[in-house]
Amino acid sequence: MMTVLWTDIAVFFLVFFGLVVAWRSSKKEHLRRPWEKVFNSKTGVASLTILLIFILIGTLDSARIQHYKTLDTQELSTQAKTLSLLDIILTPIRTRVEKTYSEPFAHMAYAKEMGVDEAGQQKWRYPRLSFAGAHLSEPNSEKSGDILLKVLLGFSFGMLAWLALVLILSLLAGKFILSKGSSGIRVCLLTLLGVFFIVGCIAMLGPYYHILGTDKVGEDVLYQAIKSIRTGLVIGSLTTIVMLPIAIGLGLMAGFFRGWVDDVIQYVYTTLSSIPAVLLIAAAILMAQVYMANNPELFTTVEDRADMRLFLLCMILGITSWTGLCRLLRAETLKIREMDYVVAAQALGVKKAQLLKRHVLPNVMHLVMITVVLDFSGLVLAEAVLSYINIGVDPSTYSWGNMINTSRLEMAREPIVWWSLTAAFIFMFTLVLAANLFADVVRDAFDPHSNS
Amino acid sequence: MINYIIRRLLYVFPVLIGVNILTFVLFFVVNTPDDMARMQLGDKHVSQAAVENWKQQRGYDLPLLWNEQAQGVEQATNTIFFKKSVGLFVFDLGLSDNGRDIAADISQRMWPSLAIAIPSLIFGVLANITFALLLIFYRGNYLEFGGLFLCIVSMSISGLFYIIAGQYLIGKLLVLTPISGYAPGADAFKFIILPVLIGVVGGLGSGVRWYRSLFLEEAAKDYVRTAKAKGLSDLQVLFKHVLKNALIPILTGIVVILPLLFMGSLISESFFGIPGLGSYTIDAISSQDFAIVRSMVFLGSFLYIIGLLLTDISYTLVDPRVSLD
Repeated sequence: MMTVLWTDIAVFFLVFFGLVVAWRSSKKEHLRRPWEKVFNSKTGVASLTILLIFILIGTLDSARIQHYKTLDTQELSTQAKTLSLLDIILTPIRTRVEKTYSEPFAHMAYAKEMGVDEAGQQKWRYPRLSFAGAHLSEPNSEKSGDILLKVLLGFSFGMLAWLALVLILSLLAGKFILSKGSSGIRVCLLTLLGVFFIVGCIAMLGPYYHILGTDKVGEDVLYQAIKSIRTGLVIGSLTTIVMLPIAIGLGLMAGFFRGWVDDVIQYVYTTLSSIPAVLLIAAAILMAQVYMANNPELFTTVEDRADMRLFLLCMILGITSWTGLCRLLRAETLKIREMDYVVAAQALGVKKAQLLKRHVLPNVMHLVMITVVLDFSGLVLAEAVLSYINIGVDPSTYSWGNMINTSRLEMAREPIVWWSLTAAFIFMFTLVLAANLFADVVRDAFDPHSNS
Repeated sequence: MINYIIRRLLYVFPVLIGVNILTFVLFFVVNTPDDMARMQLGDKHVSQAAVENWKQQRGYDLPLLWNEQAQGVEQATNTIFFKKSVGLFVFDLGLSDNGRDIAADISQRMWPSLAIAIPSLIFGVLANITFALLLIFYRGNYLEFGGLFLCIVSMSISGLFYIIAGQYLIGKLLVLTPISGYAPGADAFKFIILPVLIGVVGGLGSGVRWYRSLFLEEAAKDYVRTAKAKGLSDLQVLFKHVLKNALIPILTGIVVILPLLFMGSLISESFFGIPGLGSYTIDAISSQDFAIVRSMVFLGSFLYIIGLLLTDISYTLVDPRVSLD
């Protein structure tokens, strides 16, 4: 049975919306030109490829099915549970839960335990992990060779899969695309080669080791980091979708109608933007918490609650962040409405709504496009900070912010538990760097001033 | 000029009233004081008497907007709205939910915040301008390309990373400064170094890019070409013309955030254990002290509006082309 959460609907809507925008852009000359510029830029294509991989993972993580666990001895307590397609793909990593912390690629536990040694005596010692490295009989001597072998295998499988992809695409295109294809396709394929290598290594190593270690309850950190991708993407994209209609609608109206409409809208955004954003978010999240605490019957499962909080967080972030774009659009509309073609259209008796839709809106779309891409990375970073102050996503949601937040205490342990923190930072860095590089290319392509 | 300032000051009031009404609605109407009391007192199994007691101690037992039982003017004044929200206008911040005087707390905690915020701002701006000028000077060079790439990389790193890495590297491994804490007076110096350093380094990426774009805009203007045509060296053009003229947007950009320096930085203060207003706010949020959050919202908006006003005034002072009348 499918179960659908609020943010899942939003994710699918966003993917659909993105496809529609892409399809419509390809039909229109004035929109196709800047995109062609993006696709001709090496940085643009490479970062877009990485972003699409992230989006693919996020979408897979949003398709959920109800999963009935076969009740074995260990998991009597867990009953039906929703699993996403991503969970199912990651089953080997997801289900191999250790007792507690373990270092990346470790075969011994982090904490000493009482056990019986070869001589049959009770002793404090580091026990072997129940899953990681369990296939090795002499881990100390065999492990590095085994890891190397698996990495090489992963590389070769990745290479093979990539070659197959190149071959299929070449057959479809009727030419060898690595040498004859456009530079965009080549860069895309080279980026994919890197991704395939990494995926190959994870596929080979994941079932035998904890590549990024395990956390306090023994869950694989790599799994957590991958699961967090969806949260980051939802916050970065859903927020902009919430904010866009408000910002576009009010910005165009303020600039176009002027007079009292302008005054009211300006008043509203000055008031909203004068409240420090963090405090407004904190206030709204506190209120939402109170509401959820008082209406427990509306949120039956932990998952429901966490999802609702994520959804609300996006709403709140959207409501607090529309003012910047609105101000920009108002100023631009003020300029555009005095342009000859708008005046001419007005003189010809074009209705106001038509005028806005046909003549003003298309000419401010580049600003919207640039803002959406630029805001994305900022929001992903903001999630981590908000979760740190406990006004971000629910503590039970997988997110990089939560990983960082919990690892603050782990930093004080001896020996220090650095892997959760590092994993969260690396994943976040990859996504945000890709988004930032892409944003730069998009801005250069869409900004009319940069054409010179 | 005076007229303009008076007009702008009058405009401050509607905005503050708006902020006030918004926070009032958020804190008292969407969720009633009863909800807050239950949340504070623990779980759903709190007796009504305990809730009433909690409300009465904090003055939340009055009607929201209109007191039917009171006489005369008291009907409007003896209400939550009047007592809790209108009082903010005269900076009567009242007591926090655990009974401390908010105004006294703020005036005491303001100084550590400023001790971090002011040096961070000054050194940050200086570092940003220096690096931005370097990038402009080496324009078209591989140094510029590398510098810009570094900027994007540093922008993509979470601010939390700078703090945690800095604390670990400088505080724990090299033991150059204390990891966190604060001491009043001159002793504060050693506690301030690390947060300021991290604040400056963390802001470099976006800061340098922003200042570079300001300088580039200025460098594309005709007078720069003229200056070059006259035979001035690149360095002279950069410092005497580009930097000087770009200072106008730089200064006004700084003026707008000056008042907000009082608010301190939420994240770095709580990481470094500095008893400023930022950590005050965070503590209030995590202990769900609504009275403090409300006061900070009001204070923050007030300072922001003052910042906007100061910006407009500073435009007329530094740029003779702008007049406000």
